[in-house]
Amino acid sequence: MPVYSAEGAPLFSEGSGGSLRLLAYLAIAAALMAVDVRTGLLRDVRAAASAVIAPLQTVATAPLRVAKAAREATAQRAGLVSENADLRKQLLFAQAKIDRLAIVQEQNNRLRALLDARQKLGLKAQLAELVDVDLDPYRHRILINQGSAHGVFVGEAVIDADGLVGQVLSVEGERATIILLSDPSHAVPVRVQRTGLRVIAYGSGDLTRIELPHVPFSADIKAGDLLVTSGIGGRFPPGLPVAIVYEVETDNSATFAVAQARPLAGIASATELLLVSDETLALSPLPMPESEFVGPPEGLRTAPPGEGAP
Amino acid sequence: MSRSRGFTIWLLISIVVASVLTLIALPEPLRVLRPFWLALIVIYWTIESPDQHGLGFAFLLGLLQDVLIGTMLGEHAFRLAIISFIVLRFRSRMRFFPMWQQALAVGALLLNDRVVVLLLRAIAGDFAIDWRYWLAPMVGAALWPWIFLLLDDLRSRGRQRES
Repeated sequence: MPVYSAEGAPLFSEGSGGSLRLLAYLAIAAALMAVDVRTGLLRDVRAAASAVIAPLQTVATAPLRVAKAAREATAQRAGLVSENADLRKQLLFAQAKIDRLAIVQEQNNRLRALLDARQKLGLKAQLAELVDVDLDPYRHRILINQGSAHGVFVGEAVIDADGLVGQVLSVEGERATIILLSDPSHAVPVRVQRTGLRVIAYGSGDLTRIELPHVPFSADIKAGDLLVTSGIGGRFPPGLPVAIVYEVETDNSATFAVAQARPLAGIASATELLLVSDETLALSPLPMPESEFVGPPEGLRTAPPGEGAP
Repeated sequence: MSRSRGFTIWLLISIVVASVLTLIALPEPLRVLRPFWLALIVIYWTIESPDQHGLGFAFLLGLLQDVLIGTMLGEHAFRLAIISFIVLRFRSRMRFFPMWQQALAVGALLLNDRVVVLLLRAIAGDFAIDWRYWLAPMVGAALWPWIFLLLDDLRSRGRQRES
């Protein structure tokens, strides 16, 4: 048996920290990660494990809930009264806005009918509350207290009172994970409300900023423009406010303009969220073409693939 | 070293407490400072009783953490296996380090772990960090002496009660 260096063999049992074992474990971990990221095979395992984990999450959120309850219980009456008054005022404003919108909506419907356009059904909305557990701050994910048991589905848009927050990334029985629109791997198709210009907004990894990296130079976009979801791609219902542009500059190659925008939603602080989806979308998922073939039209085809030539 | 009952109980308690501390919501500015609690626990038990707490132990705890905070399954297992491996290699030295030196070593371990995370996430997809990303290991190192003393104290008390 070879002699190991001084800090080696005598103090720990042979093999408990061998390099081969490390490599084996790392290989297993890497394989798990690859399977988890590339395929959905581990989703059920994860969902089952999450059920076991839920009590831990409940315990972790307990101190905050207690603190909140205590604050509410001891809140001064005067504070509550003034808050109530504020809320009433806000409600009044909101009501007035809705009344005005109703008129516009009616007008819109009439015009649509004239144009014979497809009638849009309303939005389906569902209230969800943030589960106050902290996932990694660099991962831009949050957990909500609604899951597949409540009809939440992957890809559903999530908003708060001010604008788009993100979308549902995965669902379990009683919980769902949401990816925030500030996540660097998140993108949302948006429209500049003033001009109708369509662009894609990417997350930047910073909670207070999203990026529009490829805006043509000729495009009319400037600081102060409101970005709303365009509805292209079918993920997000159109018209949800997303962000306000605050800076437009040229990119390094000087071929495109890059715009920076500040999300309207309180992404970092939201506690009550709304899950919204187009009812038409929820009822019938996007129609898929029957075959994969996307070649020339019927009459121009010579020999369709799959049907071997005689 | 036989696996006594008190020993196992403290082990479980420390894991549960670390998990809760990992999940508990902090005010926004403090979130990035949260140390990698489970790593500290793994380092402690690996130093104290490496026979029972080798790579497999670290790996399983890592899987638990992955499910807990919804990272890629295997990510934390990967990280903790590396930490556990390094601790096992240098255990005989680390044990007899003065406390401040031990804390520095733990800081270096956690810093190394941050680099590993960066690599793993960069491979898996987009990942953006800022300078505050590197603060959490310092917090971990600063907390290490207290955690070490606390766990040591609790454990020796448990042992006395049993005998």
